[in-house]
Amino acid sequence: MTTTKFVDIDFSRIESDRMRLNVGPQHPSTHGVLRLEVELDGEVVTNVIPHIGYLHRCFEKIAENMNYQQVIPYVDRMDYISSMNNELPYVMAVEKLMGIKVPEKVEYIRVIMAELNRIANHQIAVATFGLDAGAFTPFLYLFRDREYILWIFEKATGGRLLFNYFWVGGLANDVYPTFKEDVLNIVKQVRKTNKEIEELLIYNKIFIDRTANVGVLPADVAINYGCSGPVLRGSGVPFDLRKAEPYSIYDRFDFEIPVGKGEVGTVGDCWDRNIVRMREMEQSCRIIEQAIAQMPDSGDVQSAIPKKVRPPKGEVYFRCENPKGELGFYVISDGKDKPYRVKGRAPSFVNLSVLPEISRGYLFADLIVILGSIDIVLGEVDR
Amino acid sequence: MEIQEIFGVLKEKFGDAIIDLVNEPPSDPFINVVPDKLFDICLELRDNPEFDFDYLMCLSGVDYPETLQVVYHLYSLNKKHKVVLKVTVPKDNPKVPSIERVWRSADWHEREAYDLFGIVFEGHHNLIRILLPYDWEGHPLRKDYKEPETYHGIRVPY
Repeated sequence: MTTTKFVDIDFSRIESDRMRLNVGPQHPSTHGVLRLEVELDGEVVTNVIPHIGYLHRCFEKIAENMNYQQVIPYVDRMDYISSMNNELPYVMAVEKLMGIKVPEKVEYIRVIMAELNRIANHQIAVATFGLDAGAFTPFLYLFRDREYILWIFEKATGGRLLFNYFWVGGLANDVYPTFKEDVLNIVKQVRKTNKEIEELLIYNKIFIDRTANVGVLPADVAINYGCSGPVLRGSGVPFDLRKAEPYSIYDRFDFEIPVGKGEVGTVGDCWDRNIVRMREMEQSCRIIEQAIAQMPDSGDVQSAIPKKVRPPKGEVYFRCENPKGELGFYVISDGKDKPYRVKGRAPSFVNLSVLPEISRGYLFADLIVILGSIDIVLGEVDR
Repeated sequence: MEIQEIFGVLKEKFGDAIIDLVNEPPSDPFINVVPDKLFDICLELRDNPEFDFDYLMCLSGVDYPETLQVVYHLYSLNKKHKVVLKVTVPKDNPKVPSIERVWRSADWHEREAYDLFGIVFEGHHNLIRILLPYDWEGHPLRKDYKEPETYHGIRVPY
């Protein structure tokens, strides 16, 4: 590749004006109400200061005043485009505190739902990333497919975005009779569209020029900043909690961890972070197919739900692999029916903190691409 | 490494700075340490190849009736083991050394704990509020927090 790296230009010889620019909080390309204070030297970014908190709604304080079950809908609203994945670590943390073993069927449905939601999340991520780089058409294809997944969710849970479907010890209700066929059809559709997207977007020359060698995040920096999920794996670190410490029943499935290899640029650039998401969709499809094949037909999904959720004194930190990274819940119980403290370790919050580090030295237009490649949701950053 | 071994090695090296190990399942086991030596302990945990804790999973503040607590969840990507550290500070003088220079991810986490609990992290390069407005008064996640009546003329209790 012959893309010029702007970091290599000797800027001391170019005279330009220094400028301070405000991006947001209401700006179409900031993925929500995020304000970036950008220091520019001509058109080159010298520093970025993210100002967050515009969506802060005291999730942790609210959780202290709610029953354990009542917290679940609030958890949904953290990362509102992958709510199923948000519910999973929270209910599993409470189950671990109470020592509940959930039925087989529940585990399978949870995994299938979580993986479907991972696909839906990555579809949004890739679509809006393309939009940030100036590609509008893939957005339409991916949103059409995401709609099919949301139909399944709507049929199974009644909600399109916010489900309150995983309960402590079980599920809100069983899935509908034709669930398996519907899911397998979705898997087929996702694969078909992904092939199209690869031709249309991923290996498109313009797209590669916009994203390769931009926003390079070295592996050691990523780890030190606590990055996780596709941001960390894009830098070539094969770390996935589903493999590293398999929770639920993830140890029963055969899948791979896609990592960024610097196929068209440097390892850890925006293109790598994006391709990890594309490849992860395929892996999720594989998990779903295996789970559908193994899933037991009979079983009561509510048999293990306790009458009263009142965990014994204790504390637990439980983390799951969210589409955006490691989502952990630190739950402290003092033996009452309300949690003493719930801390949500949001992956977007931690991943966003690396933005100033990786956007220095690139053009202002690249900053938007870099921000898009981190894939943040402000509902989760601000909580 | 098991938590027992980690505790043993740390105890040998830092002596009284390591208070005790609490292991009561189903809770995660944790090690209580004194605030003064926290930075050195964290540096040892990161740089000693036997520990190799390169990843700070989570940093949380907790408000207990008498004290404030900061909880550090550490993980090693290579060795795949974890440890939980806790420091306890009095409410009238909540000062904890910043470990931002050990793990950069602590930067925003510490700002959040300062914002919501009022825990002061000494040595942090930019300890300002992060989630709440910069001119907000009080620290909402404390149990005795009372929200103000108005904020810039806007009624707060809605």
